[in-house]
Amino acid sequence: MSKKSSAIADDRNASVAPKTGYAAAPVNASLSIDQKIELYRLMVRIRRFEERSLRAYQAKKIGGFLHLYIGQEAVAVGCCSLMGKNDHVITAYRDHGHAIAVGMELNPLMAELYGKVTGCSKGKGGSMHFFDPARNYWGGHGIVGGQVPLGAGLAYGLKFKGLKGACMTFMGDGAVNQGAVHESYNLAALWDLPVIFVIENNGYSMGTSQARSSAGDLARRAEAYGMSWGVCEGHDLYEVRAFMAKHLEEARNNCKPSVVEIRTYRYRGHSVADPDNTYRAKSEIEEYRRTKDPIQVFQAKLLEEKVLDLALVEKIDVEARAESDLSADFAEASPFPTADDLQKDVYWEADNPSERKSGGRLFFN
Amino acid sequence: MPVLQYREAIRQALAEELTRDPNVVVLGEEVGQFHGAYKVTEGLLAKFGPKRIVDTPISEAGFIGMGIGASMLGVRPVIELMFWSFYSVAFDQILNNAANVRYMSGGQINCPIVIRGPANGGTNVGATHSHTPENVLANHPGIKVVVPATPYDAKGLLKSAIRDNDPVMFLENTMLYGDKGEVPEDDYLVPLGKAEVKREGTELTIVSYGRAMILSLAVANTLQQEHNRSVEVVDLRSIRPLDMDTVLASVRKTHRVLIVEEQKPFCGVGAQLAYMIQSEAFDELDAPIARLSTIDSPSIYSPPVEVAQLPNTERILKAALEALA
Repeated sequence: MSKKSSAIADDRNASVAPKTGYAAAPVNASLSIDQKIELYRLMVRIRRFEERSLRAYQAKKIGGFLHLYIGQEAVAVGCCSLMGKNDHVITAYRDHGHAIAVGMELNPLMAELYGKVTGCSKGKGGSMHFFDPARNYWGGHGIVGGQVPLGAGLAYGLKFKGLKGACMTFMGDGAVNQGAVHESYNLAALWDLPVIFVIENNGYSMGTSQARSSAGDLARRAEAYGMSWGVCEGHDLYEVRAFMAKHLEEARNNCKPSVVEIRTYRYRGHSVADPDNTYRAKSEIEEYRRTKDPIQVFQAKLLEEKVLDLALVEKIDVEARAESDLSADFAEASPFPTADDLQKDVYWEADNPSERKSGGRLFFN
Repeated sequence: MPVLQYREAIRQALAEELTRDPNVVVLGEEVGQFHGAYKVTEGLLAKFGPKRIVDTPISEAGFIGMGIGASMLGVRPVIELMFWSFYSVAFDQILNNAANVRYMSGGQINCPIVIRGPANGGTNVGATHSHTPENVLANHPGIKVVVPATPYDAKGLLKSAIRDNDPVMFLENTMLYGDKGEVPEDDYLVPLGKAEVKREGTELTIVSYGRAMILSLAVANTLQQEHNRSVEVVDLRSIRPLDMDTVLASVRKTHRVLIVEEQKPFCGVGAQLAYMIQSEAFDELDAPIARLSTIDSPSIYSPPVEVAQLPNTERILKAALEALA
């Protein structure tokens, strides 16, 4: 069993002031005890999964990049917990939290990190490219801002097909200056697409702070497109849910897009390759952990509400650690894809030879 | 059989597929009210309405990316680029997202989009508007590339492209839009990846596509009439998938090859073709593979010099005579 948790066990007595206002919002007041426990459990599972993945990375089991979501859990869990049947999610490369929040199992996620054929993308995507369309989760995209037009397109598809749903299109604060993002804003507003552009503002686009990269208020740029916008604090799961519920309703019911900024914080570097010692002080991280850790905040509220007790907190944590360890065992035991898999999943036609209509060569070796 | 312009043949393909499949939607700059910058989509808005024929702002990365996202939900967007040259501002959407989303999702997501528009020089619009990116596009596994030369092929290939479950890049030519040819009214398809021998011959194979193929055909006729030389012309019609069987069969027949392409030569389609021909039919060749491309500079504006830069009939004739010597 892995070593004791820092954020949950050690910080249990941190001075976190529970706010009750958002708990009373209808979308939160209607939650059952079990639902609240499950929301808490999701955040813990995300954190334990990522901590386990970091150890695997350090043990050189994982290649490439690993952009950890630790510290931001309440954003993905809060937003994705509001999804209905026709609601969709797309995000950027810091995508583990959203994947778990929409209900993906840990085994195929860890296996994907390990580059194994049992991974959610058969080892072809890696950390930045988790997908699960069956759960309305469309990735997992590596180019900053590149997924945002796709999110507008998912919303376009919903409207075209006459479905009552919305697409939550996540991006980081570093994405807001990309042209594709602004083009998407314009199209969404012009055509009343049911999309919510969710800026997860963790303060830093890689090593460049917001102050050094973006002029003005991030979400306020929506005003230029005639879209509504808003800002909320992302460490409080109740606040995220209460805030996003309104925007989702506007998108679903009235096809009104919006831009929202959810203020959050990442504890780890931009990726694990980032030594994280050039652009912020350790004290800044510690201060956030001490006062705004999303798991601690929600835990404190649920303890106060008597939804959780310390024994259940411990049980959830132990189970999440065990599940994460098992996912690493599963990934370790799984086979890698082979060179024969390289040219599968490239063309639909090549993968469905009995239905192929075209002739000629698709591959050139 | 009805005789249609190339643009009308494309329009007919769009209309037939819009009628056949309610998920097909035509998107692009000026495709609706304006009737298309080159009048390809003329009349479609009146017939199919604004839900199916969508005028977009000048925002290629936005509306192409949006089309890709919509296609993941089963919409089948046919997106017009006013010029293929404008693909560069949507490069990430086309060649990262459309090309890779199926692969990176382990085959879970399809991207059934068509992006179509003209990709050619010869109209004195300068270097920024005269790109021929078929080589760039075809360099990305996951992408299909189609280059129709005749009205018949344009209609049949576009209908196949729209029904294809992979992203298809459909490269037309403004200088062909007014060309006429016989086009059946029935629901025929020309499959992707099938080249066609457009003219039979015995002494030299010209492998070409698009407008360069049309010019090559004219040159082949001149060679027959004025030089008594018999030249076969193979029209690739698709770059990826690529029908090498038809190319190689012709090489085995004529034993000499000239590749004619409206491409800059370096890393162009012709380079790949020449490699494959020598690799797979070396013993059939009686002479080195010859190749005629666009002269290797940015596309010039100056009208008479641009004619000289492209593979015109004079240059093709000279190259063919050299290849036959």
